[in-house]
Amino acid sequence: MNRRRWWTVALLLVVALTGAACGSDDDGGGTASDETTTTVKKAPTFPAGSTLDTIQKKGKLVVGTKFDQPGFGLKNPTTGAVEGFDTDIAELIAAAIFGGTGETVEDKIEFVETVSAVRESSITDGKVDMVVATYTINDARKQIVDFAGPYFEAEQDIMVKKDDTTIKGVKDLNGKKVCSVQGSTSIKNVVLPQNAPQADTSIQFKTYSECAEALGDGRVQAVTTDNTILAGLVQASAGAYKLVGAPFSKEPYGIGIKKGDEAWRTFLNDRIEEIEKSGEWKAAFEESLGKLGLKAPTPPKVDRYTAGAPAATTTTTAKP
Amino acid sequence: MSVVWENRDLFLDGLRLTVALTLISFAVAFVIGLLLASFRVSPVPPLRWFATAYVELIRNTPLTALVVLFYFGFPKIGIRYGEFRTAVIVLALYTGAFLGEVIRSGINTVAAGQAEAARALGLTFPQVLMSVVLPQALRSVVGPIGSIFSALIRNTSIALAIAVHELMFVSNSLANDLAEPAIYFGTAVGYLALTLPTGFAFEAIERRVGVKR
Repeated sequence: MNRRRWWTVALLLVVALTGAACGSDDDGGGTASDETTTTVKKAPTFPAGSTLDTIQKKGKLVVGTKFDQPGFGLKNPTTGAVEGFDTDIAELIAAAIFGGTGETVEDKIEFVETVSAVRESSITDGKVDMVVATYTINDARKQIVDFAGPYFEAEQDIMVKKDDTTIKGVKDLNGKKVCSVQGSTSIKNVVLPQNAPQADTSIQFKTYSECAEALGDGRVQAVTTDNTILAGLVQASAGAYKLVGAPFSKEPYGIGIKKGDEAWRTFLNDRIEEIEKSGEWKAAFEESLGKLGLKAPTPPKVDRYTAGAPAATTTTTAKP
Repeated sequence: MSVVWENRDLFLDGLRLTVALTLISFAVAFVIGLLLASFRVSPVPPLRWFATAYVELIRNTPLTALVVLFYFGFPKIGIRYGEFRTAVIVLALYTGAFLGEVIRSGINTVAAGQAEAARALGLTFPQVLMSVVLPQALRSVVGPIGSIFSALIRNTSIALAIAVHELMFVSNSLANDLAEPAIYFGTAVGYLALTLPTGFAFEAIERRVGVKR
């Protein structure tokens, strides 16, 4: 019995050490404050009975976001605050409803965790006023919810080892082993005829950090997904990996709201354009995604598409 | 259910890999099991210690931990195998530990007089094991070996963690793609198609060679 216990202890040690060696570092630094032109000074008034009026009256904007996406929405384990580009965007929107700035309205926002699979239902069930959660706009989802924005456009890029000079773009992935997450859209984009149909995409794991491990061990030559996710992995690798910087697919992120609420959608679209012009958008980017080493891009053009009538229930695939 | 039928080719590909994983790793595991059992009853103390340590270490570690350790951990110390090979090695090492214990318990059912008589006739220890003890020992543990084989079939699904496209991997990919949980009916049918006949086969073997009391 005693012998068995010692072996278990030894084994636990081995496992713990391996785990520690594989783990990534994360600096929990505070957020720096930047000066920008703030666009809202005092609270506007809205038509009685409208969504905006209701939110303003109850004094709380309920926002669905991710709690586990570095750079977009990540729950800080020590402070409990959710931090990232998505939450900053939500705060800038709240500022336009309640007056003040992104910082002063923090207590008027309630962040609710919405993982990919529950984003539609949270909106249709009225659990949240809007969803800002790396939510890619696509036609299947437009059947169930309406989208304001896009307020950001992620691009699919490639991550390779630092000394790799053979992979300069997606076409160079032909004949190479490329890693991505099981069942992700990223993996399907790679093998499209116009990209790299000969790429070997058989190596798929549950998480992107496992792909990064496999890249380090030489099991694959490249990892591919949204540049925003890759940037975090590049940073965690401490110089071992680099971004190729040849994006080949776009993922427009929008704000999801209940179908048919045109006034609410127009308000959000106007506000997105406003913060893009004022520089608040860029400041928010630099405080979140900028810290992962990404350069602020030109914001995407807001798409004021004509929303159709609510359709019958359709199932959609979970995406970033 | 039609989604399962429409994707039957993918399912069959996955099933083929599951069968390959099972058969290859069971063959290796059986050899490991025989060696471990022999070591544990051997007159040489270091062999006994080694076998005991091995069995306790491997048997008390979650299979997932072993797979991750072999696939992601060992390359850091220069040991790197492909996905399929890693899966076979880990499954064989793991299943071997269980088989070793079952075979040892089989050896314990063989009356001590058998081995003593064999020794008295001048047989060496390996000869005693191979010709006298093990043939009787294995006959008494056909049932438990069948259980381990069946567990191995289901344990092969662990290989999905290291991108071996076996039945479970294929099912997960399909379920993701089609947003259709009904896919897993196909998975269940696939595993049952392997485990049920296995159960019948081992029962038949047991009826034929089992020790009747």
